[in-house]
Amino acid sequence: MTEMAPAQEGTLEARFPGVVTHDERKGYEGYIVQLDKLTEVAQVLRDDLGYDFLSSVTAVDYLAQKEDEESYFEVVYHLYKSTGGSALVLAVQTPRDNPAVPSLTPLYPGAEFQEREAFDLYGIDFTDHPDMRRILMWEGFEGFPMRKDWKEPYFEEDVKPFANRWPGGQVYRIEDHNPVGKNNQYPQGFDPESWSPAIEDALYDSLRRSNAEYDEIEDLDTEQVIVNLGPQHPSTHGVFRMAVLMDGETIVALKPVMGYLHRNHEKIGERNTFLHNMPFTDRLDYITSLSNNFGYALAVEKLMGAKGVPTERAEYIRVIMAELTRISSHLWAIGFLLNDLGAFFTPSLYAIEERELLLDIFEATTGSRMMNNYFRFGGVARDFPEGVLERIGELVTERLPRKVDELDRYLTNNEIVRTRCEGIGVLSPDEAIEYSMAGPMLRASGVPYDVRRADPYSIYEQFDFDVAVRYHGDVYDRYLIRLDEIRQSIRIVQQAVERIPDGDFLTGKNPYQVRVPAGEAFGRVEGPKGEIGFYVVSNGKANPWRYHVRAPSFINLTALEKMCIGSKVADVVVVLGSVDIILGEVDR
Amino acid sequence: MNFGFGILRGLMVTMGHFIGTFVEDFKWIGKRYYTPEGVAHRSSKNASGIFTVQYPEEKLPVPEEFRFIPFLLYEEGPDGEQQDRCTSCGICAKVCPPQCIWIVRTEDPDTGRPVPEPVEFYIDIDICMNCGYCAEYCPFDAIKMDHQYELASYDRHSAHIYNKEKLSMSVDYYAQIRPTNYRREEDIRIAKEEEKAAKAAARAAAKE
Amino acid sequence: MTETPNLNTEGYDISPEARANVAITTIDKIFNAGRRYSVWPMMFGLACCAIEMISAAAGRYDLARFGMEVLRPSPRQSDLMIVSGTVTKKMLPQIVRLYNQMPDPKYVMAMGACASGGGPFKEGYNVVSGVDKYIPVDVYVPGCPPTPQALLHGLMKIQEKIDTEKHFTNFRDRTKPIEPIPVPILGPDIIDPRDYETIKDGVKSGPLTTVIPAVE
Repeated sequence: MTEMAPAQEGTLEARFPGVVTHDERKGYEGYIVQLDKLTEVAQVLRDDLGYDFLSSVTAVDYLAQKEDEESYFEVVYHLYKSTGGSALVLAVQTPRDNPAVPSLTPLYPGAEFQEREAFDLYGIDFTDHPDMRRILMWEGFEGFPMRKDWKEPYFEEDVKPFANRWPGGQVYRIEDHNPVGKNNQYPQGFDPESWSPAIEDALYDSLRRSNAEYDEIEDLDTEQVIVNLGPQHPSTHGVFRMAVLMDGETIVALKPVMGYLHRNHEKIGERNTFLHNMPFTDRLDYITSLSNNFGYALAVEKLMGAKGVPTERAEYIRVIMAELTRISSHLWAIGFLLNDLGAFFTPSLYAIEERELLLDIFEATTGSRMMNNYFRFGGVARDFPEGVLERIGELVTERLPRKVDELDRYLTNNEIVRTRCEGIGVLSPDEAIEYSMAGPMLRASGVPYDVRRADPYSIYEQFDFDVAVRYHGDVYDRYLIRLDEIRQSIRIVQQAVERIPDGDFLTGKNPYQVRVPAGEAFGRVEGPKGEIGFYVVSNGKANPWRYHVRAPSFINLTALEKMCIGSKVADVVVVLGSVDIILGEVDR
Repeated sequence: MNFGFGILRGLMVTMGHFIGTFVEDFKWIGKRYYTPEGVAHRSSKNASGIFTVQYPEEKLPVPEEFRFIPFLLYEEGPDGEQQDRCTSCGICAKVCPPQCIWIVRTEDPDTGRPVPEPVEFYIDIDICMNCGYCAEYCPFDAIKMDHQYELASYDRHSAHIYNKEKLSMSVDYYAQIRPTNYRREEDIRIAKEEEKAAKAAARAAAKE
Repeated sequence: MTETPNLNTEGYDISPEARANVAITTIDKIFNAGRRYSVWPMMFGLACCAIEMISAAAGRYDLARFGMEVLRPSPRQSDLMIVSGTVTKKMLPQIVRLYNQMPDPKYVMAMGACASGGGPFKEGYNVVSGVDKYIPVDVYVPGCPPTPQALLHGLMKIQEKIDTEKHFTNFRDRTKPIEPIPVPILGPDIIDPRDYETIKDGVKSGPLTTVIPAVE
């Protein structure tokens, strides 16, 4: 998916001679851009060549492994056209001491949080970024944890498996070897008593600064108030926090604060072997485990080449499971959007009832209700047990269509729902693309972009289904589009259950050590929350050198402030509900 | 817009659900709860009415593939002695994503060479993520995932690092909770043994 | 939870107000039955386990059968804190504060491997390896995540624990406030105020961190 049409390839390198060069490293297929010309190149790409959708921004720490190698940070950009097609991969390199890269946020506002994340975890400074603060860790945290030479308090060895488990066999709880008995470390000479935390100052400064652009609402002599929603709040879908600056009841600025569930997915992912990461992806967006499995499997299979091509039956099983996941995730999202609207629990109860029946199928097939860990490189872990395929068939032909219609009848024309949702949290199509929105958020704003159609993967080309689009870009359309997508997913599963061929469910023998050649790959699928991508860099060893997740929930939050400005506090909760975030994915 | 009509339509749906519970209970008089058929019906495609499974009096049937905490298999010898299937090869410890398995290997006291049997086997269930890799990749079918999920305890410090004694379960138990898998693995093993025996017989025949 | 000393033990210091009252143990049973069927959990989800907790509260498993359907968003009105998921260092000060705000008698359940001992994310730099390092935990429910039925089993364990308690006859002087747990501070790493001395000693000659003994 990283190849480009030859004609464009010529134009890009020809247009910027000496500035843009093809990446010659083995297994890499992108372009390397000169650091100081990045903004210029990006401008041309966006305005002239149509690469208007910046999907992913991330950093890689290429720390020298041998004497003669060079150490540097690389920032990698994945750009797409919103009309469809494959990726254009750009990379810029910056030295490891005083790393600085020009920010692309002015061109692509969707880069804002991703650049802040790269700053937080790698310490790369993005010049001209409007709001350069830490995002996942707190202000004052010591060090940049994703750097390869940074070690956490419970550091045991560079890579798994640890020799201590086998053949060592030295059992202990690691906290027993820490002086404070906890997962903590402190720098030399640190004095806890003289430490004065100023963790929130940067946040409130940023909130007030952001308000400077919106101060035209001040026609009365009032004082603006800061209100914090969360992290412990029943309507934030987990441990999410919003700092809101209000003028009366009207919101004038809003800053999401995250990291309350930052569980170091990527740092652990780089220590894991390729296979180890599969069950960890379950815990990203824990409502849609099977979609996450899918994305990661695609990324690694791309690196593996011919060895990683799944069998025909495996592809069908994957599609069936991924679409059932989409149905269950959207049911959950609809139920909890209604919860946020104040219809406490009855709609959720009805939605959860159907979800439970789907979870029964997941449990029977994969072994667990939520943490499925079902995909393997080149297929799936096991075939459907006896009778499960029939149960899926019965559900998608008999029960689910009826139940979705019932949900539709129950909620769609409810006047309260309409009054609360219509015209709230509006995003125009252009804004949706600018902010790198994905999934139902993008399509509810009138952009018919669905990875299953725009950049097909697996066997989606063989199925007959429509890309659902709605045009108002408000909360109500985001609710409707989820209903539409459930119906389309039911169509896909109906076709797949009918046509599923016999055969093996896995290519090869399912070895416990996977050989992955060196190179980079970006596997992306259309998850229920949006485009979920996995950027994997392998150096030919048993562990990924870099493992990054393009998390749709996280990036969809970039536009939260935009959607909420000018509305009331009660609407913020509804808008957040319509974005449908899962904190495991936001914070990773 | 007929204001209020949409709300009424929605309320009709909830009313339908409400009445449905009585209709359903009436249809099943007395058999809907605390019977296996009742539980199966409540999780089938025709489920309507009350959806609740009355845990702990009735429990949802656990599917065969369900996995919770791993356990070790032993075969019972003729005199009731336990023979571990585990050979302490360490694949489960290597493939464990959160690295929660510790294996202490045995050494022959005379020769000092490793014996294929673990002295100790620990699993920290406060780290275990129930992924099932150990069971999936064990070449000797010596470690499997248990169905037992009622494990809540008052103290984790003494109870939550499982040792070999606590982890060991007989093969019969495994055959009971996962009959299909057990049969499949046994078939493969018997086929292999027969193949070996046939080869040995052929070799013996060739010698003569 | 620290055990309240039994009233009937020798040398127990009975306060003057209590001396006027007569302690009747059967009242404990009635009192406990009331408490066991009205344990109000806090509506407080952290991670994956929270989804299973919501499932347990929903139609199929129905916490209402145990009198626990009243999920309170405010700690002031709740009896039980279900720590449902990975506790991160960034979230920890809030969790301890919420615990301090809960009225006595209060119970804490560590749901899932993460809350009990760090779980699969234990090695992470932002993960607390067990919420019991900071607040007392009554019941641990293993599993990743525990199924709703496993959670219900854990809740029944809480009920069993309530049955054995003697809050009515064991008189605690309620004029004195309960000592709150010191709230950890976000520094270069999370700082527990109870560890000040250890930290000051530990950082004298070098950074304080874990030292793992070498493999034999």
